[in-house]
Amino acid sequence: MALLEVNDLHARIAAPGGREILKGVNLTINAGEIHAIMGKNGSGKSTLCQVLAGRETYEVTGGSVTFDGKDLLDMSVEERAREGVFLGFQYPVEIPGVTTSYFLKAAVNAIRKHRGEPELDAVSVLQLMKDKMQMLEMDSSFMNRAINEGFSGGEKKRNEVFQMSVVNPRLGLLDETDSGLDVDALRTIAAGVNKLHQQDAQRSILLVTHYQRLLNYVVPDVVHVMTDGRIVKTGDKDLALKLDTQGYDWVGEELAQLNASEK
Amino acid sequence: MTQVVDITKMHLSNFDRLVKETALSQPWLQKLRQSAIARFERTGFPTRREESWRHTNIDPIVRTHFELGSNQENPESEAAFETYTFGPDALVELVFINGQFSERLSKTGKLPHGVRVESLGRAVDADVVEKNLGQHARIESNPFVALNTGFVSDGALIYLPTGAKLDAPIHLLFISTGAAAPTVSHPRVLVVADNKVEATIVESYVGSGSYFTNGVTEIEVGEDCRIDHCKLQQEGPAAFHVATMQVRLGGQSRFVSHAANIGAKLSRNDLNVVLDGPYADATLNGLVIIGGDQHCDNHTLLHHEKPNCPSHELYKHVLDGKATGVFKGKIFVQKDAQKTDSKQTSKSLLLSDDAYMNSQPALEIYADDVKCTHGSTTGPVDDEAVFYLRSRGISLEAARHLLTYAFAADVTRRIRVVPVRRRLEDFLAAQHGLPQDLRITDLGSHDERAR
Repeated sequence: MALLEVNDLHARIAAPGGREILKGVNLTINAGEIHAIMGKNGSGKSTLCQVLAGRETYEVTGGSVTFDGKDLLDMSVEERAREGVFLGFQYPVEIPGVTTSYFLKAAVNAIRKHRGEPELDAVSVLQLMKDKMQMLEMDSSFMNRAINEGFSGGEKKRNEVFQMSVVNPRLGLLDETDSGLDVDALRTIAAGVNKLHQQDAQRSILLVTHYQRLLNYVVPDVVHVMTDGRIVKTGDKDLALKLDTQGYDWVGEELAQLNASEK
Repeated sequence: MTQVVDITKMHLSNFDRLVKETALSQPWLQKLRQSAIARFERTGFPTRREESWRHTNIDPIVRTHFELGSNQENPESEAAFETYTFGPDALVELVFINGQFSERLSKTGKLPHGVRVESLGRAVDADVVEKNLGQHARIESNPFVALNTGFVSDGALIYLPTGAKLDAPIHLLFISTGAAAPTVSHPRVLVVADNKVEATIVESYVGSGSYFTNGVTEIEVGEDCRIDHCKLQQEGPAAFHVATMQVRLGGQSRFVSHAANIGAKLSRNDLNVVLDGPYADATLNGLVIIGGDQHCDNHTLLHHEKPNCPSHELYKHVLDGKATGVFKGKIFVQKDAQKTDSKQTSKSLLLSDDAYMNSQPALEIYADDVKCTHGSTTGPVDDEAVFYLRSRGISLEAARHLLTYAFAADVTRRIRVVPVRRRLEDFLAAQHGLPQDLRITDLGSHDERAR
């Protein structure tokens, strides 16, 4: 069953004369699937993630997105999160003065309240966080530090996966979570993602990445190639391997040939 | 203009009354007062034509007819005392009603040998008072200082002899009541620390009704001391608050000031610190949280007189409604003050389109081997941070509250004086609908944050 259905999605930068970035994206992710979107810089991969999460700096100009049968575009940012969409940021924001533990307690309880579940007390949230931190090999002092403040690039990415594991989403959008990580950190994070996926057979993951490297550890069911605001090619994990060895140019050439033969 | 002259006369007639009412046995004090009032008579109130008063309109003070307040307690002052007393958290707590010492409300604990914490009105005979009063905050510096000095009659004397180490804060609680008619008080605080002193001093200004607090604090610090000073300005919503704090630091002494301005319709603070010995170290942090039509003006001066002195300054403003904030931070580095290392940061958060902030650094440097940096930012709540919190399920409103709290808590978390930090964070939590019992801010690990 489709968890996420994106149909002919168009979006532009929400400013006078703002450039169109998504030019008709079609994407279906079924419950339980892991998808990867690959593509060059500027192809619109990150924008797609941000638009799905509800970032107001982009304006949707056409198309539709349904999430579990509901109109996602009609929901506020927080409603999407409470419905189970999680965005792991490419550039996580530093928020001095707010501890990760307070932040996540507020987040977990906002989501639970939305689902009609009783709120967790501080002790239960703490235990939940401790378990997840152990899984991701994180130091427990981390909870009492301000969100991302003074973190290295790798620590920030690890924090995103940690947050995802605590809020327990139905769809995790991981925007270049692998960039800036060394191999050890990559392995730990991949193990975390895999575990999260195994825990719930209905959970879906969308990985946005430049490199095939991450896909050695988190094996996707479906791989897409994005070029100039559209998904132009879809395949299995072998597509990622081919992109890694041969680059993206052949995709463009293939497209050109296809267009020529259609004419 | 005639109005200004009239009002100057009003203060002068108050002065005549004061002279008649208080027996001045000390000729030096009589002389100090008279020269101060003569000075004020000559200058009058400052006007907006003067650079340092350009952004603060003191007409509401100048136009109001104030009477000297009495030390009569009433239900309002009693309620204020109950709310703001430090209780067991204070080593000593001196309470003042309309600027005058209240023995009944004050708590005088057992102090280390030689330490004096008492009503200035009762301590004017002390040599240390004669030697220091008016010597640091000069009457020429500012007409309000002259006015305060002209009326000096009570306040606090804190004398800390060499080696004195106090393990709990000294709290000075100034309660004003302007219930019947607008009142004025001129509280004076004199702190003299010899060498190797460690102490924490907190000044709280609170009240209700229409009144004007015109305070002056002089702090003289010898060598190798550690002085933590906090000022909580939580005056009533109709109050005016003008205050000068003048600090002199001897070599290797460390002075940390936290100034919070929350109350008063109009407030103006001048905080001047002279780093007067090598390796003296000053930290000036400020937090202003105002809304409605409140106005708050902070002028600070870090005067580097001697070499090898670091100074750090962080002032944060949270402005809502039509509130206006002014921050002018001056760093003055004398020719001999080589290896000065001074860092100034001013950050302001505007919660409404009508709030206005004026932040100005001013560097005047005469030494050639120094490091002085300043930075200033003013703007609304960061959209990206709001989005980040919302993307985790936190509502827009809660995200804004949380970020505003965090912005302000960045100052409070540096405060080492627990009752002060607690009071401010409780205030913030209540303002933003956040739970009080939950510490949402981290203590910070690196040195800058511990300051």
